[in-house]
Parts: sequence; C-alpha cells; structure tokens
Amino acid sequence: MANNDILDRNLSGLTPSARRDFLTRVFGSEDYAAKAAALRREALTRPVIYVGAGTCGLAAGAAKTLEAARKYLKDNKLEADILEVGCIGLCAAEPLLDVQLPGHARVGFQRASGDTVPALLDSVFKAKAPLKDYLLGQFEDGGKKWPKVPLLSEHPFFSKQLRFVLKHVGLVDPLSIQEHIARGGYGAFLKVIHTMTPAQACDAVEASGLRGRGGGGFPTGKKWKIALASDADQKYIVCNADEGDPGAFMDRSVIEGDPHRVLEGIAIGAYAIHASKAYIYIRAEYPLAIQNLKKAIVDAKAYGLLGENIYGSGFDLDVIIKMGAGAFVCGEETALMNSIEGRRGMPKPRPPYPAVKGLFGKPTVINNVETFANVPEILSQGPAAFAAIGTKGSKGTKVFALSGKVNRTGLVEIPMGTTLKEIVFDIGGGIEGGLGFKAVQIGGPSGGCIPMSHMAIQVDYESLKTVGAMMGSGGLVVMDETTCMVDVAKYFMDFIKRESCGKCIPCREGTLRMLEILKAITRHRRGEKDADALARFSGIMNLENLSQVIRETSLCGLGQSAPNPVLSTLRWFRDEYEAHIFERKCPAGACTEMLEFSIDAGKCKGCTLCMKGCPTQAIVGKPKVPHYIRTEKCISCGSCKTVCKFKAVAAA
Amino acid sequence: MSAPSKVDKVLENYSFAKRDKLIPILQDVQAAEGFISKPAALKVAKHLNIPASKVYGVATFYNQFRFKPVGKHHVMICRGTACHVKGSAAVLKMCEEVLGIKAGDTSRDGLFSIEVVSCIGACGLAPVISINGEFHAKVTADKLRKLVEDLRKAENSNGK
Repeated sequence: MANNDILDRNLSGLTPSARRDFLTRVFGSEDYAAKAAALRREALTRPVIYVGAGTCGLAAGAAKTLEAARKYLKDNKLEADILEVGCIGLCAAEPLLDVQLPGHARVGFQRASGDTVPALLDSVFKAKAPLKDYLLGQFEDGGKKWPKVPLLSEHPFFSKQLRFVLKHVGLVDPLSIQEHIARGGYGAFLKVIHTMTPAQACDAVEASGLRGRGGGGFPTGKKWKIALASDADQKYIVCNADEGDPGAFMDRSVIEGDPHRVLEGIAIGAYAIHASKAYIYIRAEYPLAIQNLKKAIVDAKAYGLLGENIYGSGFDLDVIIKMGAGAFVCGEETALMNSIEGRRGMPKPRPPYPAVKGLFGKPTVINNVETFANVPEILSQGPAAFAAIGTKGSKGTKVFALSGKVNRTGLVEIPMGTTLKEIVFDIGGGIEGGLGFKAVQIGGPSGGCIPMSHMAIQVDYESLKTVGAMMGSGGLVVMDETTCMVDVAKYFMDFIKRESCGKCIPCREGTLRMLEILKAITRHRRGEKDADALARFSGIMNLENLSQVIRETSLCGLGQSAPNPVLSTLRWFRDEYEAHIFERKCPAGACTEMLEFSIDAGKCKGCTLCMKGCPTQAIVGKPKVPHYIRTEKCISCGSCKTVCKFKAVAAA
Repeated sequence: MSAPSKVDKVLENYSFAKRDKLIPILQDVQAAEGFISKPAALKVAKHLNIPASKVYGVATFYNQFRFKPVGKHHVMICRGTACHVKGSAAVLKMCEEVLGIKAGDTSRDGLFSIEVVSCIGACGLAPVISINGEFHAKVTADKLRKLVEDLRKAENSNGK
C-alpha cells in the first residue's frame, strides 16, 4: 500500500529506466517503493521519538532531553528509534519532543526538559493518553488520531502559517539524504538537468515571480538570466548564508533542518547559469549548520548528485563551503566576494554587477539561503503554483524569525500579504507579561521600527517601504512599553559603527557621530559643562541632516541604510526623543543614566549596604537611620538598587 | 617551543595555496592555537607569499580573529537585537563586574575571558550566552552570576 505518487510526480522528468536506476542506487534495492515509504515513516514497525535538536533546541536543553529519552528506553526495555530533527519553529516551547507509535499519529510535546521526559513517554507508551499539560498537538498523517488531542495545524502558532520553505524543517531527519529523496527531494534538480535547458530553468524561476529573500528583493530569474547571458569560461554561484543581521536565524534553521533542499536549489541555480562551481558562504558562528551542510554535500556526492557529469547530463558541479569570519558588511555581495577571495570584506562600486563580473572576475550569481530553498519547490510544483501565493508584486512566502517581547517566539513562515498584526498577535500570541505593545523592528539594522498604528500593513516588499522599513532578511523583533526607542536606535548605531568597513568617510565617520549624538541624548546632565551642552544641542540639530548625507553619499547598502534605525524611530517616536531632550526623562525607564534614584525612608532600615557600595559616595546616612541620596553626586549606576534587600531604592 | 609546530601542521594542509585560502588558514591557525600570534601571522604570510601587513589587514578586519589567548572558560555574550531588547546589556555588565575584566579581555589568571558576539542565532530564547561552547538560554544577570561563580568555585576546589 506504499503510496509512491510523490516519487513518481517528482521524478517525472526522468525516463522510466533512468528513474529505476536512480532509485535503486539510492535505496540499495529494486524494491525501493517499500523502502521509501518506510523512510517517510508512513507505516512504522517500531516507535520513533523525535527531539528538536537545532541550535535553539540545544540551548533550551535538548541534549538532556535526548539523554533522558535514551535512558527511558533502556530502563523500560523498549525498542524505539530516536531521531534528532531540526527546529519546527516554536522556540518558546523548547525543548520539543514528538512520539510516533506504529499505527498512531505523531504527537508533539513542549517544554520536554530532561526530568519531564519519563512522564511524557509513560503517558504515550503505557497510559496511551498523552499528558495534557505538555501537549502541543498531533500531526495530520502517520496513522490513527489520538482522541482528545488537538491537531498541531490548528495550534494558533501554526494555523496561519504556510510552510513552503520550512515544509520539512523539524519533521525529517536532516542528515538522511535517503529520507529527503523518499520525500521527493532532488526530483526537481534531476528534472531540470534532463528535460530543461538553462534558459528554460531561468524562465520558470522568472515566471514564478520569486524575488531575492536576502533583503533587496531583486527578481531571481532576472539575475540568473543576466549571468546566463554573460559569456565566460568559468561562472560561479554563491549561496549567501552569512546571516549577520542580529535578531535573525531563518537561514540557520533552514540549513540545520533541511540542508538538502538548499543544496538542491543551489544545484538548479548552477545549472541555470552554467556555473560549475558553487560556494556556500556561511557564518562560522553556526557550527551545527556547517556540520549538517558538510554531511549533506558528502552524501549528495556519494549518490552522484554532485560531481562530474551528473547522471549523464554532462553537467558538473562542485560545492565548496567557505566559513565567514564575522563581518556584517559581508552580507553585501561585492564585500562577500572579496571575503571569498581572501581579502578584507569591503564593497566595490557597482556596476559592473557580479552577474557580469564577480568572483575572481567571472560572472557570479549570489542568492540568499531562503531564495535557494524556494527553487526546488517552484520547479517541482510549477511556477504558476508559486505565483498563486502572495500579493501582486511579492510572490510566495516569507520566513520570519519572531523574537523579542512576544509570547511565542520562533520561526514562522507566512504567505506574502499577511499583516504584521496577524504575525505578532495571532501567531506570536501577543506581548509577554500583558504589557503594552510599542513597536516591531523589521529588517535588522537596515530596516525600521513600525508602530501600532501601522500594524495592519501587509508584508510585501513595496508596502513595507512606505512606512520607512524594509523586508530585510526576516528578523522581526517585538518591543513593548519598557523598550526605549532612543536606546534601540543607539543600539543599532553602535552595531553599524562597529561593522562599518571604513571605506567611505560618510559611513565610517558619520555613524560614529550619530552614535555620539544619541549617547549625548541619553546621558545624564549632572555636572555638564556649557560646552558639552552646546555640543549636545548642535548634534541634535544636525542629526537628521547628517542622516541624509550618509544615506546619499555611501557606496554600499550598509552605508545607505545606516541611518534607517534613527530615521524610522524619529519618524514614529519623536515624542520619546523629545522627552529625553526636554524633560530629561526616559519614558520607558530603559536609559538608566537618566533615572533619578531616591530612598524610601519608610522602607530603609539603615543597613549601610548601599552606602558602602556607592562609587561616588552620593549616599549619606548613619547605621539604623534611613539613608539619603544626594542627586547632584549620583551617577545613576543603580548599584544601590541592586544591593538593597528591602526594595527601598526607587528609580524614576 | 611547541606553538609554531601547530602552525606548521596547519600549513601542511594548504600546500600550493593561493590568496583565497588566507581566511581558512587563519581560521585553522586560531582553532589550533586559540589565537593568532605574531610568529604565526608571519609564517602564514611567508607561506602564501604575501606581505605580513596584508595578513594583519585581513585578520583585524574580521571579528572572529583574536590576537590574545582566551581564558580557560570562554564566555560569549550575544548582543543581538532580541537579546538587547530582553536585557543582555545588564547581563554583560554583570559579567564584567563579576569577572573584573572588560569584554574582549582575558582575566590575569587566564581562567576567564569575555567575548561579545553580534548574534548567536537563537533569538527565540534571548538573552543567550555560551560558556565553553555550551549554550544557556534566557539568561538573567543573576543567573549569569551564579554560572560564573559555580565555575570559579569548581576551579578553586581543583586548585587545592
């Protein structure tokens, strides 16, 4: 009863004999249908325990969960397979553990820390009634449904998502190429190299309307066509996995959870532009992603999906991993190419565009991980199916890394056109601790903050620009009323100042000046000299002008977008800047230097602890008599508040 | 001296290498030695037949490369946006106070070092830190103080 429609459909490009040869080679026997069904875990012979062991899962304690699950099986003499899968996306509920018994639907648990594992597994293996308190939901397929267990797809976190790129992430064994192929993987690639010309492949991607997911949103098919039209003896394709944007982890999750999909996308892209060499430029900070990717490349080579003359098509492809060394500017394509060549990662003027003259002077296409991950699905389902999702100008889905002060943090994939409100309040479950929402930061340091009044905006490349933000690579950081927007702008300027490569003066010097101005705004004014006050004021007057100059005169995207954090917070939260400047108060209470500390005489027991710890001797008092803070000496370091055992120190 | 031999071993894997191998070589050297020492940088320059200034130019450009050895316990504190919003500044401040060193430095006894990284990529669990490669999620200043003090206690009892 093995249903192999998926294999037949995805390998439709191959002749029957070629298909048989390929599947026999992959699954090691002529009876590949049964083997493939088993790998898809449609009909289990023994139970499977899945543990979400991506970087985020491991940080939440998945290693202990794994250990506890192994111990449980040993103690109870049970036979079961334990699989380490990628992250399904709901980071807030990690560690995640799923169990699938033969003939039953797969059921998922949240907060499955090491010590709760025995109880969870008992509830499935012995009581046959999954423990309610930790239940996340059950999956659609895999066998008989559990009674009184909600469907995972109806969970508020998942119900509004459309998992296209993340289809397999968190569900499959990322290290098994066999399972990937059993689920239809590499079908699109084989179809393309056997039945399509490179130009046809470019056409299909162009027709789908896929645009670069790295931030800019350049049409992918168009980029490929330019590179295809450039005549050269050697061309390169580069996968940009240098996810330097702080607050973003989409690429890491995709590579960790489904490396073969990315690899297949790169292979298709390489064929479409006649490139025989592919580079994956990945951050060294992602050891697990690198490890999974390395394994995926070795396996794909072993099955002849990479290498020379791939399945008799005459197409060669070699994939090389390049580890980035930590520089945000290397997300910019010309800087990235310099880095691959072993130079300082500094951008070059464009044109010539990389598609004409790029890496080592040869035509090069650079795409982001998520862009490549979209490609196999587009070619196997057809461009029309992809173009049917999304809005007029932005097709398909977008993966976002939802984090910050939101209840359900994690990785979400939504069709273009979903509103930000739906993402934050429906999928994300609103603000943590019942506090008020303030803003959502989209697009990382180059993006902007969006206030409540514009949360009904649809996610697509153009609409986001109208409110001073941009799509970016997919970081979505939620901020609540305790977040100070001036502080956020200062944080981003500090980041950009450090990451500016130093090539253009407006960016190198300008960002430093902007940071100084923001620091002056959030500084305390005690003992300030007249000259400092004057400097502070002239800075404030020139802040917007300076932003304009940096934006207009910088060479690369990093410099041109460097003032965005300041401009967008100024646009929507000018009142907060004004409160800092005129009232000398931080409305959110986040800028500690502006706080005024005082001691509540009713609560103070006169223990002298704060007095001893005060670095400027601003606290006066005698033992057992309430103390007093001399505000003119206080530097608002907050040490008295930290040490006080009676909560007598108040800050306002 | 045993240090240079490690570098030689790294360079053996890169015979006939060209300029594009500079960053991978430096990464391997750092993995072997823990940091980029002056003799190592000179050796790499000689091996690739490029001026030492170019090697330093590249090495100082990227955040990954260090020119001082790290401590026995290496604390990495994430300063990504999500971590910042959730209070990683306080965590960093506490870490600097407890250890008595600044970010980027190594304590004099060589036991601890602090490094600030721009994003570890586990933003859903912010604030995140990593001590000796092991991740800790949802860290508060108090939690960090406890982690560090436990390590220090373990070191003290080992020493006796």
